[in-house]
Amino acid sequence: MTHPPKSSAARPGTAVPTMPAVPPQPGRPVPPTPTGPAAVPDVVSARRTAFAEGVDRLREAATTEPGRLRIIGALLAVLVVAFGAVTAWQMTARATAADDVLTRSQPLSSDAAEIYRSLADANTAAASGYLAGPQENPETRQRYEDGIRRAAEKLVTAASSSEAGTESAKTIAELNKLLPQYKGLVETARANNRQGYPVGSAYLRAANEQMQKQMLPKAEALYQKENQRLSSDYADAKSFPWAAIGLGLLALGGLAWAQRRNYLRTNRVLNHGLVTASAASVVVLLWLVVGHTVARSGLNASYDHGVRSLNVLHDARIASLTARSDENLSLIRRGADTKVVGGNPVDAYAAGYDEQIDELAKSLTRADGLADDSAGRKPVQNANSFMKAWKQRHEVAQGWNDKGEYQQARDKVIGVGKDPTSECFDNIDIALQTALDHEQTEFKQAAGDGKDALTGLPYGAAVLAVLGAAGAVVGIGRRLSEYR
Amino acid sequence: MDARRLAQRLRTGLRGWGGVGAMAALCALALAFALLLPLTQSSGTDDAASVGGQGVAQGLQVRAAAKCDNPQDRSLSPSGGDGSTPIIDRIKARKDRRLIVGIDTNSYRWGYLNPNNTSGAPEGFDIDLVHQIAKDILGDPDAVSFKAIPTSRRVKAIQDDEVDMVVRTMTINCDRIKQVAFSAPYFRTGQQVLAPRTSAITGYNKTLAHKKICSADSSTALERLQGDQGKGTLPAGADIRTVVPNQLDCLVKLQLGEVDAVVTDGALAASQAAQDPTVQLKGGLFSDEYYGVAMKLGSLDLIRQVNRTLQNYIKDGNWAASYEKWLHPTMDQGGEKSASATPPEAHYK
Repeated sequence: MTHPPKSSAARPGTAVPTMPAVPPQPGRPVPPTPTGPAAVPDVVSARRTAFAEGVDRLREAATTEPGRLRIIGALLAVLVVAFGAVTAWQMTARATAADDVLTRSQPLSSDAAEIYRSLADANTAAASGYLAGPQENPETRQRYEDGIRRAAEKLVTAASSSEAGTESAKTIAELNKLLPQYKGLVETARANNRQGYPVGSAYLRAANEQMQKQMLPKAEALYQKENQRLSSDYADAKSFPWAAIGLGLLALGGLAWAQRRNYLRTNRVLNHGLVTASAASVVVLLWLVVGHTVARSGLNASYDHGVRSLNVLHDARIASLTARSDENLSLIRRGADTKVVGGNPVDAYAAGYDEQIDELAKSLTRADGLADDSAGRKPVQNANSFMKAWKQRHEVAQGWNDKGEYQQARDKVIGVGKDPTSECFDNIDIALQTALDHEQTEFKQAAGDGKDALTGLPYGAAVLAVLGAAGAVVGIGRRLSEYR
Repeated sequence: MDARRLAQRLRTGLRGWGGVGAMAALCALALAFALLLPLTQSSGTDDAASVGGQGVAQGLQVRAAAKCDNPQDRSLSPSGGDGSTPIIDRIKARKDRRLIVGIDTNSYRWGYLNPNNTSGAPEGFDIDLVHQIAKDILGDPDAVSFKAIPTSRRVKAIQDDEVDMVVRTMTINCDRIKQVAFSAPYFRTGQQVLAPRTSAITGYNKTLAHKKICSADSSTALERLQGDQGKGTLPAGADIRTVVPNQLDCLVKLQLGEVDAVVTDGALAASQAAQDPTVQLKGGLFSDEYYGVAMKLGSLDLIRQVNRTLQNYIKDGNWAASYEKWLHPTMDQGGEKSASATPPEAHYK
């Protein structure tokens, strides 16, 4: 209480305190002030810009305590409001990105994977059905039809969520064009096979080639594109809100300085308004840092335990599907297609099977390494043991085939005989589906937790910032009123 | 004095211009060389190539004339030999007493696994012959282990003893008789044109002008087409760029309307026509080829045995019966017998 409140009001000579109520009027000559820096001729002041005049006034104001207080109050309010605004803005962006990960890009990436899988599935079922010929069971036929239908449906959703003219939109259009062509080839193959004409196998080969060489690479490109989008959404959601944090620290620093100054000048420790502003800023800053850290860890977990596992399992499934269609095609084409391996011509599909089974084994090992709990590991291990059984049975079937026991070889593959390879393939597919479902749930949970950590943060930050700014203004106002 | 002064002036003048002149002359020379060199070289290489090409072609022809005239007439007589049968004995001594034969399983009416044949046994003209050979060697027509052998592995499968013989629409030619031993010819065929019934194409002639023709990769048909194109005897504008891995893929292209005609072995063309009533063979065979049973070089007793079987097979009318069953419907067009309809006559070495 060193400064009695009256003392400041006892300087009526200063014109400044009343000035902020009236905004500076450009063009109007400034009333000469006794404390002015120098007597400026009216002509010159009339020509000066509003800005220069404002600066002048500010400079004038800064020379008196109430003026300084006003400036400090305004700056603090601006800082706190800016902090809140930037926090709200940055966290809205991150929350949107996190929401995109959960509800948009991951489902789209899954959809693209599903297109890929459905096409490969249809192709495998077409080959299995062809090999079984008159013994084709309704399930295989259904599986083929389902694969085609699912691919067509997912292409429609993918088309609606991709912008016209983009690479993805073009790829989708091409796939839409190829799909009916593919189906035409498969149906012609089937019709010829029913009549017993081997040209059916040439149609099936053409269909398989169109699938493997054109459609699946396009589906894969689409999948990669969506995965990129997913990655960029992840990056957006996880990027650290530096601007908000920086501004927060600045605002807190400013508030601390103002309070220290207040204390030095008036010896009063607490100014309610400024304390409120500081508390609000601290809460926003803490909320921001903790919320985002929790969100990050949730998103990281969803990526590590969800997305990565899903990708590997997806690869495993494609390998298993391709191995199966190669197994069928090697018995359908029986050496009509060869490729050179190590200088020797070998059956292209038999070699393809070996390649894909190796690929499957590798993917399963990776999936096993990525699985983080027993519920995720169990189906992968099941798939692995089915895969081993498949290899053994395939060797037996191959042995029959090499010996010219085509009927036995065929029965072993199509599932009419004892211990058929079809059983192993089906079991692998079921196991992988279980694993995929599990990882999808894990992804949703972790990503959802991450997203929830950001809930309310933008609004909260905005409200608290307004509160803080009001506090700063009120706090300074109280000090200021002491001068009236 | 004047003359000396003049000479001096000339010299000084030349000192300036002489260098430039010499440079210009050199440049001109170099330019002339640079321009003329490729000309002389290209004409040189052209000459060399054409001469060399002719030389090689002549050499080949000479060699062919000397060493490989009628490769189909170079098999062993069934009656000869010293009476020892080491290869046949080995086959008979097998635990699984069966003849191992390499076949095709995708050639309709020749060697084919019919999905509607629930026994899963292959069928066709080649397969009938295999059963007869097995019957003559082992006394049981079904004592056969069939192995599907891709076209590209036929020779290797024989050389590696993977199979005892290959009966798989295999043409006897000069290259192959150096790698494997052939039986006497059992079927006469040649290149033939296949086109839709409604097509204006009538055979390997000018009706193929401006048509798209399909052939299989590394096939005799493709060789012939490329040869004729090189010689300029191919009908104008005929497009032979459609080359597929397997002759059957040509039928797919024909049915999809991507090509207008297919050129392939008459036997295989017939096999294609049998799968689609809307296409037919157009015109006769325009080359002469023979199918034979391929065995390992040096398996003399087996070759003689197979030739004996062939002799009897043709004599007994079984050949004709098999032809009637599998090939007659598509090979003999409009009551006219194909050149393939009569079994080829065997001439032994």
